[in-house]
Amino acid sequence: MSENVIITENLTKRFENFTAVDAISFEVKKGEIFGFLGANGAGKTTAMRMLCGLSIPTSGKATVAGFDVYKQTEDIKQNIGYMSQKFSLYEDLTVKENMQFYGGIYGKSDAFIREKTDFVLHQLHLQNEAKKLVKSLPLGWKQKLAFSVAIFHEPSIVFLDEPTGGVDPVTRREFWNLIYQAAEEGITIFVTTHYMDEAEYCNRVSIMVDGKIEALDSPSGLKRSFEAHSMDEVFLKLARKAVRGE
Amino acid sequence: MQFLSFVKKEFYHITRDKRTMFILLVMPIVQIVIFGFALTNEVKNSSVAVLDQSKDSETSALIEEIDASSYFTVKKQLNSYKEIEPEFKKGNIKMIIVFPQDFAEDLKHFNKAQVQLISDASDPNLANTMNSYATNIIMDYQNRINDGLKLPYRIKTEYRMLYNPQLKGAYNFVPGVMSMVLMLICTMMTAITIVKEKELGTLEVMLVSPVQPLKIVVAKAVPYLLLSIVNISTILLLSVFVLDVPINGSIILLVMEAILFTITTLALGLLISTVTDSQQTAMFISLTGMFLPTVMLSGFMFPIENMPIALQVLSNIVPAKWFYSIVKAVMIKGVGIGSIWKETLILTGMTAFFLLLSIKKFKIRLA
Amino acid sequence: MRTLKFLLQKEFRQIFRDPAILRIIFVMPMMQLLFLPMAADYEMKNIKLTVVDHDHSSYSQQLISKITSSGYFKLTDYSSSYNNALHDIEQDKSDLILSIPSRFEKDLVRENEAKIFMAVNAINGVKANLGGAYLGMIIQDFNREVRLKWIQFPKLNPEPTIEVTYSNWFNPLMNYKFFMVPGILVVLITMVGSFLATLNIVKEKEIGTIEQINVTPIKRHHFILGKLIPFWILGLAILTIGLTIARLFYGIIPVGHFYTIYVFAAIYLFSILGLGLLISNYTSNQQQAMLISFFMMMVFILLSGLYTSIDSMPQWAKMITRLNPVTYFVQVMRMVVLKGSGLKDIAPQIFTVLGFGIFLNSWAVFSYHKRS
Repeated sequence: MSENVIITENLTKRFENFTAVDAISFEVKKGEIFGFLGANGAGKTTAMRMLCGLSIPTSGKATVAGFDVYKQTEDIKQNIGYMSQKFSLYEDLTVKENMQFYGGIYGKSDAFIREKTDFVLHQLHLQNEAKKLVKSLPLGWKQKLAFSVAIFHEPSIVFLDEPTGGVDPVTRREFWNLIYQAAEEGITIFVTTHYMDEAEYCNRVSIMVDGKIEALDSPSGLKRSFEAHSMDEVFLKLARKAVRGE
Repeated sequence: MQFLSFVKKEFYHITRDKRTMFILLVMPIVQIVIFGFALTNEVKNSSVAVLDQSKDSETSALIEEIDASSYFTVKKQLNSYKEIEPEFKKGNIKMIIVFPQDFAEDLKHFNKAQVQLISDASDPNLANTMNSYATNIIMDYQNRINDGLKLPYRIKTEYRMLYNPQLKGAYNFVPGVMSMVLMLICTMMTAITIVKEKELGTLEVMLVSPVQPLKIVVAKAVPYLLLSIVNISTILLLSVFVLDVPINGSIILLVMEAILFTITTLALGLLISTVTDSQQTAMFISLTGMFLPTVMLSGFMFPIENMPIALQVLSNIVPAKWFYSIVKAVMIKGVGIGSIWKETLILTGMTAFFLLLSIKKFKIRLA
Repeated sequence: MRTLKFLLQKEFRQIFRDPAILRIIFVMPMMQLLFLPMAADYEMKNIKLTVVDHDHSSYSQQLISKITSSGYFKLTDYSSSYNNALHDIEQDKSDLILSIPSRFEKDLVRENEAKIFMAVNAINGVKANLGGAYLGMIIQDFNREVRLKWIQFPKLNPEPTIEVTYSNWFNPLMNYKFFMVPGILVVLITMVGSFLATLNIVKEKEIGTIEQINVTPIKRHHFILGKLIPFWILGLAILTIGLTIARLFYGIIPVGHFYTIYVFAAIYLFSILGLGLLISNYTSNQQQAMLISFFMMMVFILLSGLYTSIDSMPQWAKMITRLNPVTYFVQVMRMVVLKGSGLKDIAPQIFTVLGFGIFLNSWAVFSYHKRS
């Protein structure tokens, strides 16, 4: 019986006169690949930031890895990984140094760091690049590295904010392979994207429109409900209702 | 017109950054206030102490004189020589005046008495000046004793202060502040703003538009030009109405020269932006390469004639130096273009040089 | 604590790989220390003098040569009329005009009183005052000499004289550089400590790596310490470099103990780094941070007693100097280097700066939000 690692109940975020996230409720199971979809401006990033402890909700409830998003953000942070749109690896540090750093600040032992670093370098075929500065890597490699760094400390949940922006389809495929591997090891993946084809890779998908969750189901379930052949179609059908756009 | 759209965009960048705007407009005011009212090379209210070993009517009178003058404030009386060094080490007292025993007696009977001025010469200039003023006070006192005696062979000196009868320090600083503010705003900010777009990658986007690249860059400079004109006006208004510094010459000439100098500094900013890709480096070059020399070598903070020859020669390539002479001449001495045509020409030449160099470098980058 | 170690490792690696920062840290101090003291000389020498001598007597010539040989003045012109002399001043060729009327010698000897006329370019008020004072002193001296020649030398002084003797402590060679160099060192350390620290944090904000840190369990105070410590160390490194340059180039050897300087510098850096951190918390991009930092630095440095004396400032300015950490460092530097003051003497400054440090850093930690 899979437990729920993320639970939200009417989670809301309001800015002055604008409601970015409007009372969303959903649950994410352990080991799931949960896709959080929506157009730009739909509220995806805002919602994710609340779950990561980067932003305080205006109202509603939510727990991540069993910890409350209002009062226990530091505990949440101990148990999650994060990869942002800008990748946020230190460009002026080497591949190895980035891993060392993130491993260290999550409190992992030197032995662990050493072993895991070797493992990741091997897994990504970056052994020869270990001592190179990140800025010298091509975009696709940086991105895969960023993901590995995000889960370096073996968190129970990893949040990915539009991780595949600007990358060619082949690299995107490879990236998703990494995600599958991580999910197999029991890490829950919470990924936002506006690439509808990537939605097919997820176990379940929610689609946000104008701050609300308008659909939540497995990709096949959604296609059935909306009588569509692809997630693209599903999305277009929903988006026609949208008021907020790009 | 496309050029105007770029200028408009640049204006938005600046005006929407409220914090930066605030500082850019407030900075000259703050500087004028500080320079005009707080900073001075003059000696005023220097803290001194007295070791009076005689304690008679003459010494008391002299100490009164010294305390009463605007130059000195007698903070305390010491009791022995041993107290002198610790007093200096504490750092507040700058000079100690020592009267030996029997001061009045000696003066009366032998027509000769001694006073010792012990100065903290860490600041040798202050020490010299204090020595000089203190001596003058003492001499004045002495002469008053003598006047009663109507000595023969008197030379009487008549003083006249030109341009600045009240000896206000502001006269010297105002042109300097103008230079500094313009240097900072026009050179540094312009350079940084252009380089920032390089860093963010948005410059490339603009270069792809149909507008000529040079126009894009000039469009960046225009808001700062206007900002500077506002600042120059602020500075002049403050100088005239708050600091009582007059504009003896033609205002139009003054403003035109100021605009010329603004363009010089903008050209410098442009030049800097062509040689670097990082905002931090742009800032560093502006500060070390432009701002610091302006402050040091333009002549407004430190007199050029005191510098070693090498630096004096170097000061000639600092545009601010020429601007400073021009402003002093027009504002305070009231002369016309006839006296300053040489400096104006030099400044114009420098501007043209910087602009041409920037254009050349800019074209190279694009090729 | 381990977290801190990793943070520091990252910071140092980044700092040393950044060419711009390295240049700022090493080149700027060098330039400032080498050039600035040479330029910053307020001593009054070579005051330019134009003489208008209508008398051409032996007395007028003697007076003139006495003036020119004093070392304070440089005779730039011998003019035939006061109006011509005024041109000299207008064109900045001259600072002072000395005009000797046509019956100077005759009046002095026969009428017992002669007049001399001095016109000073008072744009630089201090120069004017001093130039006038020096000239006045020389003329008085000359006056006494003339008088003594005419009056027989009695056994006693003909007139009551107060003889003034001078004793210059701590800087017997009256070398202005000894005064400026320690002060300039203060400016350098302040800039590295505060300026660069601010820029460093804001750059991370601008690029976005700061968000990655915010999402980790790194505690606020660890993060801030991770930013503080490297620049603290750099500040002390600059101090060392600066003191070395001072020794090698200017022969300045502190009279006081080195450790006194370092103890104070350590506390001072803690204080202004707090200020730098504070600024970075309230700015969002590098341009803003640069401008604000620079502006504050400038005000602090101007109102610190480095270039002009605090005693001469009006009351409101004096109050500002008391709230300014730079003021205290300038004082301490000069006191320790030139006068040999010890820890006891600078205790009040230490406590004040420590107080500032605690206040500023607490504010910085408190206002740093990992979430919005």
